[in-house]
Amino acid sequence: MHPRRKDQHGWRKFKSAFISLSTFVAAVLVITPLGLVFFHLLVNGASSVSWDFFTQLPKPVGTPGGGMVNAIVGTLQLLALGSLIGIPVGVLGGVYLAEYGSARANSMLRFIADVLNGVPSITWGVVVYGMVVLRFKGFSAYAGGLALGLIMIPLILRTTEEVILLVPNGYREASLALGIARWKTIVHVVMKTASKGIITGILLALARIGGETAPLLFTAFGNRFWNHDLSQPIAALPLQIFTYAISPYDDWHRQAWAGALVLVIGIFCVNVLVRILTRERARSSA
Amino acid sequence: MVATAQMSIQVSAAPARMAPPSRFGDKAFEWLTLGMALVVILLVFLIGWQLARGSSLAIQKFGFRFLTTSTWDPVAEQFGALPFIYGTLVSSLIALLIAVPLSIGTAVYLTELAPLWIRQPLVSLVEMLAAIPSVILGLWGIFVMIPWLRDYPFPLLKKLFGWTPFFTGPIYGTSMLAGGIIIAIMILPIITSVSREILRSVPNLQREAAYALGSTRWEVTRIAVLSYARKGLFGAGILGLGRALGETMAVTMVIGNTPQIAASLFQPGYTLASVIANEFTEATTDVYLQALFEIGLVLFGVTIAVNLLAQLLLRTMTTSSTTRAVQ
Repeated sequence: MHPRRKDQHGWRKFKSAFISLSTFVAAVLVITPLGLVFFHLLVNGASSVSWDFFTQLPKPVGTPGGGMVNAIVGTLQLLALGSLIGIPVGVLGGVYLAEYGSARANSMLRFIADVLNGVPSITWGVVVYGMVVLRFKGFSAYAGGLALGLIMIPLILRTTEEVILLVPNGYREASLALGIARWKTIVHVVMKTASKGIITGILLALARIGGETAPLLFTAFGNRFWNHDLSQPIAALPLQIFTYAISPYDDWHRQAWAGALVLVIGIFCVNVLVRILTRERARSSA
Repeated sequence: MVATAQMSIQVSAAPARMAPPSRFGDKAFEWLTLGMALVVILLVFLIGWQLARGSSLAIQKFGFRFLTTSTWDPVAEQFGALPFIYGTLVSSLIALLIAVPLSIGTAVYLTELAPLWIRQPLVSLVEMLAAIPSVILGLWGIFVMIPWLRDYPFPLLKKLFGWTPFFTGPIYGTSMLAGGIIIAIMILPIITSVSREILRSVPNLQREAAYALGSTRWEVTRIAVLSYARKGLFGAGILGLGRALGETMAVTMVIGNTPQIAASLFQPGYTLASVIANEFTEATTDVYLQALFEIGLVLFGVTIAVNLLAQLLLRTMTTSSTTRAVQ
């Protein structure tokens, strides 16, 4: 072989190896923040997560200890309120996109849902502030729940549609051939077959909005005490973490780390659950 | 004759026939689901209408000046959003400069180069990064990232590039650059996973053809994969830009929240989303609140436009996934 050509071949191989290495380094750099955040959450938060953290109300500045039980319960209440709006609208809307309508109109709706998914979460906070807080003259759990519910709609709509499209057409035809009405076929055959996927989508949406802070800042507003009246401001874990993180007190910083650790563990538990659900689905369909 | 024949058929059919099936259930269910699907259109109008209504006075009072002046003085009731627009654009640009190469590199590694056994775990890790809430990344930013940046990379940057206007002046830690870096971390997962989908949609025949010509791995990636997927990868970047523009909590916690336009990236800045997050509950006068609503309107307008562009670019790449089950 001509020597120069051989050189060139070596250069090409070197370039290929070099770029392969670079992409590997990029992948490592992308997951580095994940490792670092986890490491520091454990180092700074683990010592403050105690029995008190899950049972006590926040203590005033200067008093060590205290917990975030009201914020944890508040987040669960807000998620429940959000689900009341997000799940029915999202799931049924997804059913429509998968089962009815003309292809063209549906692709339009799909497009709008995707664009809505890109609307900054703080925008939803401002909108709900104008819709609810200004009108009823006060921050409330209802307003916070509404903001979270609206964010859930496009998320659940898209995942529901995708899993319903995966249901084989034969199921529908078999049911229709038995003379079962279309809507009963959809509810009892199609949605039942896709139920695991639909639940997966709902869980993912909950995990996503469970950590949302921006839309709650001026809707749910936060509360240092227990609140059982949903028309009053309510505490939420992400809000409490934010308030404590930007405060100048060391005690509160420790509490913020502890709250963050609890929140991340909660979100990851949901994600692991989703992974188990989807793995079973993949196995049963294989 | 014909009439009697029809009559006899009807008569003979009558006893066997059950009550005609009611179409009511079907119609009601279809209308119900249609109503729910139309909610997404309603939501777009709801956002636009609420934001426009909430800011109508400010729009009348300040007009176009709102976007081009930089006085933000709630006491004198003078509001100009230019520093926030500047801060949003610059921090997002920094984020894109960092995140796009890293994400596309990772996507290439995941689809073209990585050993098969490592792919799924890596994808899961990227998804986990996406699951970390913004506020927690912000907490980590304040107490871990900012002190580290202040002590090591920032002085180094100042030493190396201090002769440019971008890396001059005192180093506080909280800064436009720190804001850009934290946004980059937030948008890495979405750009990575969308780019990965795009690269996976490139037909294998393309790769095989390039290999058959004697290409090295990188040449296959460059010639057969990247050039084929160019438009989609651009779309992934634009989608990341849309997320970057609206990123709120983490940025608010590290960018310094000072409404100014400074060339140096070590100086603190302020973004559209951050000013809403910080000042909304403090807005004591109507005009102040209206000005914040108008900032929300600007943010909404920009992110909608960017997302539309991103979806249009991505749609052309991934139309196969939208086929319907029932025709």
